[in-house]
Amino acid sequence: MAKKRVMVVGGGLAGLAATMKLAELGVEVDLMSLTPVKRSHSVCAQGGINSCNDQTRQLGDSEWKHFDDTVYGGDFLQHQPPVKEMAYWAPKVIDLMDRLGVTFNRTQEGFIDRRRFGGTLYKRTAFSGATTGQQLLYALDEQVRRWESDGLVKKYEFWDFLEPILDENGVCRGCVAQDLVSMEIRSFPADAVVLATGGCGLIYGRSTMSMVCSGSAVSRCFQAGAKYGNGEFIQVHPTAIPGADKLRLMSESARGEGGRVWVPRTPQDARDPLSVPESERYYFLEERYPEYGNLVPRDIATREIFDICVNEGLSVEPGRQCVYLDLTHIDATELSRKLGGILEIYEKFQGVDPRFTPMKIFPAVHYSMGGLWADYERTAEGGLQLGSPQNQITNIPGLYAIGECDYQYHGGNRLGANSLLSCIFSGLIVAPGIHNMFSAESGGAAVELPSALFTGAQKKNQEVHDALLRRDAGNENPYLIHQQLGDVMTKAATVVRRNDQLESAVETANELHERAKKCSLSDTGNWTNQNVVFTKALLDMFPIAKTILKGALQRDECRGAHYKPDFARTSLTAQDAAGRQTQAEAWCDEFEKNNEKWLKSTIASWNGDQPEITYEDVDVSIIPPRPRLYGLAGAEVIEEVWNQRQSKKNELASGNGATTSAEEATATK
Amino acid sequence: MTDIMQNANPLPEEFKVKVLRQDGPGQNTYWEHHRVDYEQDMNVISVLQRIAAQSETIEGKSVAPVAWDCNCLEEVCGACTMVINGRTRQSCTALVDRLLEEDPEVIELQPMRKFPVLRDLVVDRSRLFRSLQKTKCWVPVDGYYDMGAGQRQSRPEQEEAYPLSQCMSCGCCLDACPQFTKVELERQDGESETAFQARKEAEYDKNFVGAHAISQVMLFNANPTGKNNANERVDALMKEGGIQVCGNAQNCVAVCPKEIPLTTSIARAGRATTVRAIKKWFDR
Repeated sequence: MAKKRVMVVGGGLAGLAATMKLAELGVEVDLMSLTPVKRSHSVCAQGGINSCNDQTRQLGDSEWKHFDDTVYGGDFLQHQPPVKEMAYWAPKVIDLMDRLGVTFNRTQEGFIDRRRFGGTLYKRTAFSGATTGQQLLYALDEQVRRWESDGLVKKYEFWDFLEPILDENGVCRGCVAQDLVSMEIRSFPADAVVLATGGCGLIYGRSTMSMVCSGSAVSRCFQAGAKYGNGEFIQVHPTAIPGADKLRLMSESARGEGGRVWVPRTPQDARDPLSVPESERYYFLEERYPEYGNLVPRDIATREIFDICVNEGLSVEPGRQCVYLDLTHIDATELSRKLGGILEIYEKFQGVDPRFTPMKIFPAVHYSMGGLWADYERTAEGGLQLGSPQNQITNIPGLYAIGECDYQYHGGNRLGANSLLSCIFSGLIVAPGIHNMFSAESGGAAVELPSALFTGAQKKNQEVHDALLRRDAGNENPYLIHQQLGDVMTKAATVVRRNDQLESAVETANELHERAKKCSLSDTGNWTNQNVVFTKALLDMFPIAKTILKGALQRDECRGAHYKPDFARTSLTAQDAAGRQTQAEAWCDEFEKNNEKWLKSTIASWNGDQPEITYEDVDVSIIPPRPRLYGLAGAEVIEEVWNQRQSKKNELASGNGATTSAEEATATK
Repeated sequence: MTDIMQNANPLPEEFKVKVLRQDGPGQNTYWEHHRVDYEQDMNVISVLQRIAAQSETIEGKSVAPVAWDCNCLEEVCGACTMVINGRTRQSCTALVDRLLEEDPEVIELQPMRKFPVLRDLVVDRSRLFRSLQKTKCWVPVDGYYDMGAGQRQSRPEQEEAYPLSQCMSCGCCLDACPQFTKVELERQDGESETAFQARKEAEYDKNFVGAHAISQVMLFNANPTGKNNANERVDALMKEGGIQVCGNAQNCVAVCPKEIPLTTSIARAGRATTVRAIKKWFDR
């Protein structure tokens, strides 16, 4: 009997973690990637990776608080069991990466150094200069190379995933893919397919993402019947360097190490920033959020920077929107040691040394919190049942999703330095589940199935490919359509969202989709044809783009990265204490009412032309949702009112003696 | 940035780009000329993007877009190496303003010279990853179960290791090395994929591993766990195609975009192989 094997698609942190763990369990893996896995987009992650640690623990931190920060940061839109499990695994993940040789920065005494990141008050973030993603990826790449030498892993680099192969029962039995050099299309039988293909930033034209992050593999699974969750939740990173080809990330670690965001109080003050006196600088994040300061979560920092430039007209430059990110008050040697990588990027692309001149930055599309719907098996304690084949499985049996391309861990907004963690964690936990599934199943391996299933799928994709090459010349240009799609998406579905703009964006996306179907190719050859590969990826951007737009249009509320000013709760306006108290009570009533309606994941499925959307309840059984204020100046009374309500609820619960909170919840339904 | 722009020559409206093209392995090469409208903040990546969208030469002839390799566009992935105005480098950090200062008329793009061309500016660098396999560049941990923290490391140890671990396998050091020569094999009629792969790897192993792999050996030999099998890596460097091939031209360190101290690594590896050779002789 042939041995069962796994196809892992995507060789970033998640895909490599899954591959090495599967190999350790003795499972043979085919690892497919658009690019040599060492060049995957994980290399772009800069700041670090979070976990509770020995030092923060003694300052009152715990895994529980990491879990709490993550769901509070995500505006309670994620199922809590997987997030809880991830927070409790975080210290172990960092220990493992340390053992694998990651060159984490060290303290004087030789411990792993930590810095503070957004959305927390603790220094949880382990880092390797400002190229932590690169360093973590290399450690995993090396381990996978070791298994490759042992013959357990076979790599297919420069291959494009075209489609999952489903049998008559809808079970995934492998995939079809195309060699980017020879253009050969081939079927790969597999007993489980793990998708680890990252985000979809290219839908926005320019973003902080790499050129492979088109979301095409995910879209191809979506079109084959996989569900897509929380599409409209796209993270816009507050600090990026605008560029003609790409918006380059300027890591949150710059603020974690003490960087301050400001604008001159005089609009477009032409003076050298260093000569603007303190009193004439507006450190707007620090003034508006005294507790978290420059380290509020990303969605909030982004909106504030946007507000300063667009609504208050305080952009540093007249013709372009940007604010200062200032490191010049920090010792230059210290900066080089902890942030060298990102300072070099700024210097190389902008020709200015940020050690001595404040950087000019503006928000940019950065991360998709949404992604393929994935399942988990919950334990009684509210964690994950480790080793369960349900963990990370999509609604298609045999098809799994991990890393940025699943929707599980970050809810409405991801906290900085949590993505490297979720990628490695989901990669490590998917492996034992698949291994257990293989051991439990009695059926044969996919490779032994009747070959018609695989030849049929290959043939179908070959026909699509050939038809694309034969298109009449002189029709639509895929590169220009991509630009237009990027413009539409960036305008309608980033920082601020309005229903009229979203409605017209849906229309434009539909038109562009029709035009994209008429793209003709400037290269009709069958050797390393990047033109046809790009055109296919472009076509597959539309189902995801439409899902983002429709999800955003329908969700009439503000949550995490999804901000609709028309549905924002108003801030307290009353001057007197009694008036503020009344307003705060009303604010909290409204908050609770809104949660009843909208504390739900958006779940999309594809009907062949448009996404169809339903909503899924979120498992918030471990930490009850609460208003997300981050010590916003002027909002103290809301927090007070909310806390009073909560303690009353708790008193009621404990006053009834044996009544547990779960029983109470059922009773009040 | 404003300073630089004020000092520069008046901005051109357009500029020319000259690309050395090749339709496939073993085919003839030819120069092709393109005209690109000047925009602010352009790099070679955005130039190639404009050329792909135009797909028309300076003479008005419709052509297929130039094929090239890229990914991160911020010089951490190592994908977009090519020869720009005669120098091997990353195309993402090759800024048009700087290139036009070198030559205001034309920007010249060629594929890397030491790797087989697949098409246009795309080359096959699998040999580079093979050498990391040959030299066992990984930490041989017991496994991936939770076994607690790794060994404590001093700050100076980390500060020595970190620069070496920034190597992104871009291949600049190899392209610039006089001792690193091109290995290009063709699949024979009837030869299976596996057989061809095995033949390629055998051929790669006979030829120079190059500076990047030597430097990675030094990185892993300094790791608290990695040093336990340091001898295996040093032995790999003493085989055919090993460190003895190095001619000490020092081009590698001059072109490395990450400024990795490659020649320091080579000197240290040289000492390690000498010590190992003497020890082996005494142990006979």
